[in-house]
Amino acid sequence: MKGVIAGLEMREPSSLDEALSAMRNDPSLVPLAGCTDLYVALNFGTLESTRFLNLWSIDELRVIEKSNDALSIGALTTYKSIIQSKLVRKRLPMLISAAREIGGAQIHNRGTLGGNIANGSPAGDTLPVLAAADATVVMRSADAERRVPLTQFYTGYRKSVLRADELIVAVEIPSFSGKQWFRKVGTRAAQAISKVVMAAVRSPRPRIALGSVAPTVIRLPMTEGALEEGAPIQEAQRILMDEISPIDDMRSTEEYRRRVASNLLGRFWAETE
Amino acid sequence: MIFTLNAATVDVDAHPMKRLLDVLREECGLTGTKEGCGEGECGACTVLIDDAAVCACLVPFAQVRDARVTTIEGLGGDHPLQRAFAEEGGAQCGICTPGMIMAALPLGEKPSLRKVREGLAGNLCRCTGYEAIYRAVRKA
Repeated sequence: MKGVIAGLEMREPSSLDEALSAMRNDPSLVPLAGCTDLYVALNFGTLESTRFLNLWSIDELRVIEKSNDALSIGALTTYKSIIQSKLVRKRLPMLISAAREIGGAQIHNRGTLGGNIANGSPAGDTLPVLAAADATVVMRSADAERRVPLTQFYTGYRKSVLRADELIVAVEIPSFSGKQWFRKVGTRAAQAISKVVMAAVRSPRPRIALGSVAPTVIRLPMTEGALEEGAPIQEAQRILMDEISPIDDMRSTEEYRRRVASNLLGRFWAETE
Repeated sequence: MIFTLNAATVDVDAHPMKRLLDVLREECGLTGTKEGCGEGECGACTVLIDDAAVCACLVPFAQVRDARVTTIEGLGGDHPLQRAFAEEGGAQCGICTPGMIMAALPLGEKPSLRKVREGLAGNLCRCTGYEAIYRAVRKA
């Protein structure tokens, strides 16, 4: 391991209230959940923070429930719990598809939905699902709770509206109809980070979200509008090209991502007819 | 800090952010758990926490407080999975083997090939080509 732990400090709150008051008193505290991203940085020696807040034992953040008519998923819910949840299977099956492909069993058992959101990678596999589902991120500080739509949560590459004294406590997904579709394209079936990832809903106004093709997860409002108005799929695929801004990086190229994103739209349309 | 290690209650003094992998190998002297990639990709450091497979390189020691940790040493050496790996040639260089066996353990007896492939998707082996490993897990 390249990281050095001797100078690191960990606080261990036993309740959400205790965690939030610790964060109010010390905004330098970085929350730790399943550590499947954060400990990779620690192992690489690229972790800049030195003070951490261990959330793992705060079970009140692990609840999956119906709240009013929305599906509410606690931030500490692991991918494993999502995969096993009958409520998620009924309401948001595309989230189960995403959770299954996010890594092997070891990652399913530790990685959390709130962590995927907080990590804010443009390749985060649950993020297109949440964007296509019009999900709301519920954040809490010691003083107040607020809700922001996932599509407005990110302000740039790995930047979000989450304040240093706030925790993501849950995600709320309103009830909706229409066939759900998810596809991740990576180097191999297991463990790979996405080259392109799409989640979509076939409703009168289709909802389409893509990951790994822009600095943040994005919805495609122009493409959605064209399909709603009955444009042929080839026309929608041309519009999609203008709505995405993929780059060349270690995992793929701009050209490949453009071609694949367009193909995924075609596949979504054909498979949900 | 108190936790259960291979069915015995233990009290281990280590930094709360120390990787479970390092605590097992250094403080507890259990070197059966191997370090491969150190980033959760290869599964060589797989152990069970409360019967669920995890990468010990991604778990802060503080997160096993009051939990049950099972390592390859906890299987005792004559476990059906260990015998099947030996009989089927599921182990070659041996570095991935403890992690493979620990990841296979939650799959239960004689799992289907699909279940084995899914259950071991987080474990890499560069020697066997996986077929002998799958045979061993399906048999055990």
